[in-house]
Amino acid sequence: MTVTAPQSPVGPPKEPAPAPTTELPGHRSGGRSTRGESRRNLSTLRATDVYAMAGAAAASLAITWVMFDRLLPFNGVLGFLVIAYVLFMGLYALLVSFDEDGPAVRDRVAAAVVQSLGLVMLAVLGFVVVYTLYEGREALPHLNFYTESMADAGPVEPLSAGGILHAIVGTLWQISIALLVCIPTGLVCAVFLNEVPGAFSRFVRTIVEAMTALPSIVAGLFIYATFILTLGFDQSGLAAALAISVMMLPIIIRASDVVIRLVPGTLREASYALGTSRWRTVWHVVLPTSRSGLTTAVILGTARGVGETSPVLLTAGFTQEFNSDPFHDPMVSLPLAAFKLVENPEPTYVARGFGTAAVLLVLVLVLFVAARVVGGRGPGKLTRRQEHRRVRTSRRDAQRFAAKAASGRPTTGPASTSPASTRSTT
Amino acid sequence: MAPADDPPRRLHPDRGVPDRVFRGILRGGGGLVLAIMLLVGGFLTYRAWQALSLAKWDFVTTEVWEPEGGNFGIAAVLVGTLLIAMVAILFAVPLALGTALYISEYAPPRIRQTLVSVVDLMAAVPSVVYGLWGLFYFQGHVLTLSRWISTYFGWIPLFKVDGTDPADPLSTATVYTSSTFIAGMVVSLMVAPIICSVVREVFSQAPVGEREGAYALGANRWGMIRSVVLPFGKGGMIGGTMLGLGRALGETIAVVLIISPVFVIQPHILQNGTSSVSSLIALRYGEASPLGMSALMAAGLALFLMTLVVNFAASSIVARSRSGATSDS
Repeated sequence: MTVTAPQSPVGPPKEPAPAPTTELPGHRSGGRSTRGESRRNLSTLRATDVYAMAGAAAASLAITWVMFDRLLPFNGVLGFLVIAYVLFMGLYALLVSFDEDGPAVRDRVAAAVVQSLGLVMLAVLGFVVVYTLYEGREALPHLNFYTESMADAGPVEPLSAGGILHAIVGTLWQISIALLVCIPTGLVCAVFLNEVPGAFSRFVRTIVEAMTALPSIVAGLFIYATFILTLGFDQSGLAAALAISVMMLPIIIRASDVVIRLVPGTLREASYALGTSRWRTVWHVVLPTSRSGLTTAVILGTARGVGETSPVLLTAGFTQEFNSDPFHDPMVSLPLAAFKLVENPEPTYVARGFGTAAVLLVLVLVLFVAARVVGGRGPGKLTRRQEHRRVRTSRRDAQRFAAKAASGRPTTGPASTSPASTRSTT
Repeated sequence: MAPADDPPRRLHPDRGVPDRVFRGILRGGGGLVLAIMLLVGGFLTYRAWQALSLAKWDFVTTEVWEPEGGNFGIAAVLVGTLLIAMVAILFAVPLALGTALYISEYAPPRIRQTLVSVVDLMAAVPSVVYGLWGLFYFQGHVLTLSRWISTYFGWIPLFKVDGTDPADPLSTATVYTSSTFIAGMVVSLMVAPIICSVVREVFSQAPVGEREGAYALGANRWGMIRSVVLPFGKGGMIGGTMLGLGRALGETIAVVLIISPVFVIQPHILQNGTSSVSSLIALRYGEASPLGMSALMAAGLALFLMTLVVNFAASSIVARSRSGATSDS
C-alpha cells in the first residue's frame, strides 16, 4: 500500500491539497502508467559474487584433492575440510580482489567467515541432537523399554527385556520435589529482591549471583556431606532432589528477578495511587503482569535441573530396581541411568544408554518448547484470546455504565462522561 | 499561600497489618535463600578446614591424591582443569562470536528468532548427551587430527606425545584417546551456546543510529560491524567468554566420560590421560574416609572459588561496559 499524501512544506498552500488517498498495489487508480518501469532488484547479492564463490570452492577442492591424494602424506576427512576451507578463503579473497578494492574484499571475506562459523556451530549442535536420537533407535521402539526396569534384564538379555521405567519414575519424583522446594522459595525471593529495596536485598542479590557459579558437582558434594554423612540419611531420591534444588534455586531466582524487574514502574505507581496496599499490588499487578515470564523462568530452570547428572551421581545412589519411594533406598534418574548404562561395554547396554539419553533429550525439548509457547511475550503483552476477552469485558462495562447513567441519575456526573475509557486505560 | 495551620502530612509506607505480614514473608524468603547459600559456602569451608590445616601449602603443590596416607594436593587436577577449560574456550569463542554475529547481523530476519531459540535450546541440552556424543562418535573422528598436530607440531612442548613414533604408520592411536584436547573440544560445544547467547544479546543492542551513521559515512557491512557493533559489544564479549569459562571449569559428566584419570601434571594436551577437580570428586567420593571427604571438600572449595572469581569478574565487566547498563547477564 502506498499512501500518497503530498504535504505542503511551509505556509498555506495556494490551491487546496488533494485529499490523501490509499492505493492498493493491484489497483492503480491514477492515470500513471507503470508499464515502462521495471522492478528494481534490492538484493545485495550480485552475479559476480556467486561466480567468485563457486570458482573459489571448485579450485580449493581440486587443490586439496591433489595435495591429499598425490603430493603429501595427509589423510582424514577433518584435515581435508580444514585445508580446503583455508584455501577457499584465500582463493575467494584473490578472486574478489580482481574487481573490488580493499575494504570490499575484507567485507566479503568477513561475511564468508562469519557465516561459515555460524553454520558450523549450528550444524554441529544439531548433529549432536540428531545423533543421540538416531543412536537411540534400537532401544526406543521396544515397548518394554518404557514399562520395565533393568532388574528384569540380565547382563546378556536382548533389548526386548528390561527398560528404564525406574529412571523415568525417579526423574519425575526428583524434579517434583525439587520444584516443590524451588518455586515458592525462588519466587518469594525474587519478589523480595524487587519489592523491598535496600542494603539487605542488594546483599542477597550478590550472594545469589555468586551461587550461580556453584559447580553442580559441588552442590552434590554439599548434600552428600550434610544430608547423608552428617545427618545419617540414606542415599535416596530426596537427597538427589535437595541437591538439584541447591543448584536450581539460584538459576530460577535470577531469571525471575530479571522478569519482575521488567514490570513497568508506572503500573505499580498506578496501583499505589489508587490506595492499594503493597501486597495487593504485588498479587494483583506485579505477578499477573509477569506471569508468562515467570513460567518461562521456572520451566527453563526445570530443564536444567532434569538434565543434571553430577549432583544425582553423588546423592541418589544407583540401582537397577524399580523404587517409587523417594525417601528410602537408592533411586536413579534418567541422566544418571544413561551415564551408568554406557559404562557397561555390553552393546545392548550402550544402546539402552543412548535410548535413555534420547528420552531425556525429548523431555528437555518438550519443556523448552513449552517455555517458548508460554513465555514468548514480554510482561503485560496479551495473547489474542486474552485481548479479545479484555475488550469484551470493557465493552460490557461501558454498557453497564451507560444503562446505569440512563436509569439512575440522568444528571451530569463524572460517571457519564466517557465510561468506556475508564476500563481501557487501566 | 500555605497556611500556617496546615502541618505536613505524615506518610505511612506501611498500610496496616497485612502489609507488614507480607513484608515479613518476603524478608523471610530472602533470608532463607541467603541462609541456604551461606550454609553451602560455610559448610564447605568448615569441612575443608581439617584437610587444609593438615596439608597446608602442600595442598596446592602436591600432585598425588592419597588422603589416607596424608599425602594429597590439587596441583595435577588443577592444571588439568585449567587446560581443559583453556582448550574449550579456544574453540568455543570463535564459534560463539561467529554465530552471534551471524544471527544478529547476517541472518535473514525471518529465521532470526528461530536461530535464537535453537541456540538457547542447545544451552539447555543435558551434559550427559554431549558426553555420549563425544565418547562414541567424536573421539574416533578427532584422532587423526590429534595425530596430525602431534606429527607436525610435536616440537612445541604442549603438543608433544610420548610413546609413539609418528613415522610408523602402524603405531596405535590409543595414545591419543581420552586426552585433554578431546575433553576440551566436547566441553567447548557445551559452553559455546552460553557465550553465544550473551554476546548476541549485546550485539543486538548496538544503537541503530550509530549503525546507520556508519552506513551513511560509506561503510560496508563489515566496516559497520568493526566500527560500531564490536566496540559496543566488547564488554559483552569479554563477560560472555568468562561466563563460559566458569561453566567449563565446573563441567563434570562429559569430562568424566571421556578422560582417563592420572594424578601427575599432564602438560601434553594431546596425550592420553588427564584429570580435573570435578572428575576427581565424581570418581573418589564413594571410597572416601573422613579425611578423604575433607580433602575432596577442599578441592571442591578451590573449584568453587575459581568459578566465583571468574563469574564476578565477568558480571562486573559486563555491567561496566556501555552495553551492559541494561543487560542482565
